Amino acid sequence: MKSVLFLILRRIGTVLLTLFLVSMVVFSLSSLLPGDAAQQLLGQSATPEAVAALREVLGLDKPGHLRYLDWLRGLIVGDPGISLANDLPVAQLVAERLPRSLLLAGIAALVSVPLALTLGIASAMYGGTRVDRFLNTLTLTMVAIPEFLVATTLVLVFAVKLNWVSALSYAPPGASFGQFIAAYALPVLTLFFVLVAQMARMSRAAVLDQLSQPYVEMAVLKGASLPRVVLRHALPNAIGPIANAVALSLSYLLGGVIIVEVIFNYPGIASLMVDSVANRDMPLLQTCAMIFCAAYLLLVLIADICAIVSNPKLRT
Amino acid sequence: MNLFRTLRLSGSIGLILVIFWLAVALAGPALAPHPLGEIVDYDVFLPMSSTYPMGTDYLGRDVLSRILYGARFTITIGAAAAIFAGILGTALGIFAAVSSRMVDETLSRFMDALSAIPGKILALVMIAALGSSVALLIMIIGVSYTPGCYRIARSLAVNLNQMDFVQVARARGEGRFYLARVEIFPNMIHPMLTDVGLRFVWAVLLLSSLSFIGLGMQPPDADLGSLVRENISGLAEGAPAVLMPAVAIALLTIGVNLLIDSLRGQAKTATGEV
Repeated sequence: MKSVLFLILRRIGTVLLTLFLVSMVVFSLSSLLPGDAAQQLLGQSATPEAVAALREVLGLDKPGHLRYLDWLRGLIVGDPGISLANDLPVAQLVAERLPRSLLLAGIAALVSVPLALTLGIASAMYGGTRVDRFLNTLTLTMVAIPEFLVATTLVLVFAVKLNWVSALSYAPPGASFGQFIAAYALPVLTLFFVLVAQMARMSRAAVLDQLSQPYVEMAVLKGASLPRVVLRHALPNAIGPIANAVALSLSYLLGGVIIVEVIFNYPGIASLMVDSVANRDMPLLQTCAMIFCAAYLLLVLIADICAIVSNPKLRT
Repeated sequence: MNLFRTLRLSGSIGLILVIFWLAVALAGPALAPHPLGEIVDYDVFLPMSSTYPMGTDYLGRDVLSRILYGARFTITIGAAAAIFAGILGTALGIFAAVSSRMVDETLSRFMDALSAIPGKILALVMIAALGSSVALLIMIIGVSYTPGCYRIARSLAVNLNQMDFVQVARARGEGRFYLARVEIFPNMIHPMLTDVGLRFVWAVLLLSSLSFIGLGMQPPDADLGSLVRENISGLAEGAPAVLMPAVAIALLTIGVNLLIDSLRGQAKTATGEV
């Protein structure tokens, strides 16, 4: 008899294994052009001796698998190397930027979930009717709109035309509540737009899945009203799948936050990563990429755990 | 009846948009009122006027012409990347399904690891390592969406592989390549085409995002995402040069999404699925 705890532990093990594979993929992809870092730091006019010496200092002369192990160990103990672009430890740069991105993503998630769930459940409740079709077309349209169109439109309307908020979005520490709202309103609204459509679609599918079960048909045949069938009979059983859908759609934040941080000049981890790509700052890029992958896998893990815990077949 | 009508409406809007963008991709540069890169006016960020239907950009170039040229890049690269992902994913998926368990497991674990890296992140890592020419962008975006295609193709192929007609072919001694090519592949063309269509939307959005953050198409070439980026300073003046290219991308992706959704809906109605 497999217990819930055993299943969860096994999922965590799988996720750790996947993360390990991901680290190999990220490292080997970003090391496709070996030795470039030393040459790049010193410029085209550097003597071959100087390049060779720097390669030794950076450890680039070692074979690939040893460099990978060094890097992996550094990542685990929290010392992922030195940024090539500005000589600061990667850990320090990340520690400065990551909390800000988490704050932004957290606020966006907090405001998106209630509306998305309401839309998703309402859509499923009126499945196949005009309301459902309308919501379906609406969310289908919303997921196809690029984030920067949403962001630029919001800036144009609220910052340029109405002048309610500033187009720059970073509230310094100690800013008043009003300043804080004004600074975060547009980035959060952009992420909200991206997230709500995805989440509404996925939670609709989760509820509809429950509504096709025989016990729902039974409730309908007993003469229970539509809201009663959905809210009282189907919803408690759909909580697991819905939590699963919410966690999975939160992963869209990872992509959205990249565009939002760039367009609003928000000093978070995503804009740090974009800069590291432009500078070919591999140590920084690898660490940022691993953080994004870890965040994604964490969301998938949470989704899986929700599905496992809510499965009544496993409750003993 | 209501349902049917709405379906037809959103589907036909989608179809019209898709035909429109196909025409632009084919004939856009020929229709452009000004040659690519020509500075037509010394006033930058002009609003819409009868001379310049979409205003001028940050250098005083005609925005309509820039969009007509840029859309061709966006559509071609997006389509090429989606087809790349579709072909590679389908080929590997069928290969995994007809191969030994070991091969299947190894390939599937590797694809799982790839798909655990969000698309944009994977693309950014590859761009940092390889650069971003047009050919590289097609490959990079294609590879980012291959795991998704692979997963769908493999599950379709594994199911087909269990079907009686495939078992019969196997029993009469046909080789794996024959099974894959004659028995399995023709039966998965339709769902895979739908998948490629959806991935085209994502490929266009990914390409535009990359260009928008300055890591996709490199100047002097410009796709629709680069047009938004290069004109972003005109946002404070409300210049159409910023919004129009972004709206163009949205009209393209929305069109394809609506069309595919309605086609899928009709296919389901036809086969009696809900």
